[in-house]
Amino acid sequence: MAELSVDLVSRDRKVWSGAATQVSAPSADGQVGILANHTPLLAVLRPGTITVDTASGPALEAQVTGGFMSVDNNLVTLVVDEISLV
Amino acid sequence: MAGGSQRVYKARIRSTQSLKKMFRAQELIAASRIGKARAKTAAAAPYAQAITRAVSAVATHTNIDHPLTQEEGGNRAAVLVVSSDRGMAGSYPASIVREAERLTQQLEAEGKEVLLYVAGRRAVSYYTFRGRDMVRTWVYGSERPTPETAEEIAQALLEKFLLTEDEDGVSELHVVSTQFVNMVTQRPHVVRMLPLEVVEGVSEAEENEALPLYDFEPSPEAVLDSLLPRYVEQRIYAVLLDAAASELAARQRAMHTATDNAEDLIRTYTRLANQARQADITQEISEIVSGADALAS
Repeated sequence: MAELSVDLVSRDRKVWSGAATQVSAPSADGQVGILANHTPLLAVLRPGTITVDTASGPALEAQVTGGFMSVDNNLVTLVVDEISLV
Repeated sequence: MAGGSQRVYKARIRSTQSLKKMFRAQELIAASRIGKARAKTAAAAPYAQAITRAVSAVATHTNIDHPLTQEEGGNRAAVLVVSSDRGMAGSYPASIVREAERLTQQLEAEGKEVLLYVAGRRAVSYYTFRGRDMVRTWVYGSERPTPETAEEIAQALLEKFLLTEDEDGVSELHVVSTQFVNMVTQRPHVVRMLPLEVVEGVSEAEENEALPLYDFEPSPEAVLDSLLPRYVEQRIYAVLLDAAASELAARQRAMHTATDNAEDLIRTYTRLANQARQADITQEISEIVSGADALAS
């Protein structure tokens, strides 16, 4: 199965990047889940929780204060203002 | 009287030596911080890249006009001057201010009113001394800028930009800062940041076929509304980081030269002190000899 390649970046550093099977993020209209081969998407994020089910290893969970997300060709870029890993 | 000039030279050598120590310390501090500053620039790069890609993706897929991209054609311009908090950096603070003055004159020649926004204590004190009005100033620790400072500056400027001119707003924003080319070259330069000219085709650089059609959530307008201010903020942060690296490089170079000059001075004074000592000895001998001669005759 195709995998997502995820980049999680905040203003001053790259927080995490790697392969994942599913990403869930708090978009403006509600929590969205992204699986492989998702249609291209640009979404504004509101404060909430990002969950990344990594391809290997434990799931990654983080609180964010806002930002945006772009999904394109199985490349997920999460750009967040402030982030604290849970 | 003998030894008078020797004492003076000794005192000068001592004070120059302590100055040299200070210069050397500043040089080493700057050298160690410059690595950190450049690492920060590198760390901020993924964010910059992600946001630029997203902005150009939106720009290529929508024809939406956003207040931040519209040419208002007014005659009030904001100028953000990014300088350093401290001197001891050679011509760095001076060249920034010179560039800012040049831009101000140019804008005024075009019949525009210039509103100054100044970051960095050196530039603030330059304008204060000349009694020039500044709309807002920031003294933010120019060697180590934080994203929070960038956010604060960006918000103040965006707010001003989004007001119409009748409401005391501005219709363009120029930024005067220093570009870090390499360790020996830092160039003052000016960019017009607002209204934004979105650089199209940035994301096509990779051999992506035609960019896919995006879904926007909640709406293209809302996405742009949240993206563009972030984009501006990121650009300002990048400018601050670049300025910090330039400042440190300039300081390292200036302090290195100062150390060398102090060494030269010490050498010169040592020579002079030796000469003075020789002169004293010669004089003493000739006094003794002539005294002895007087007694003998």
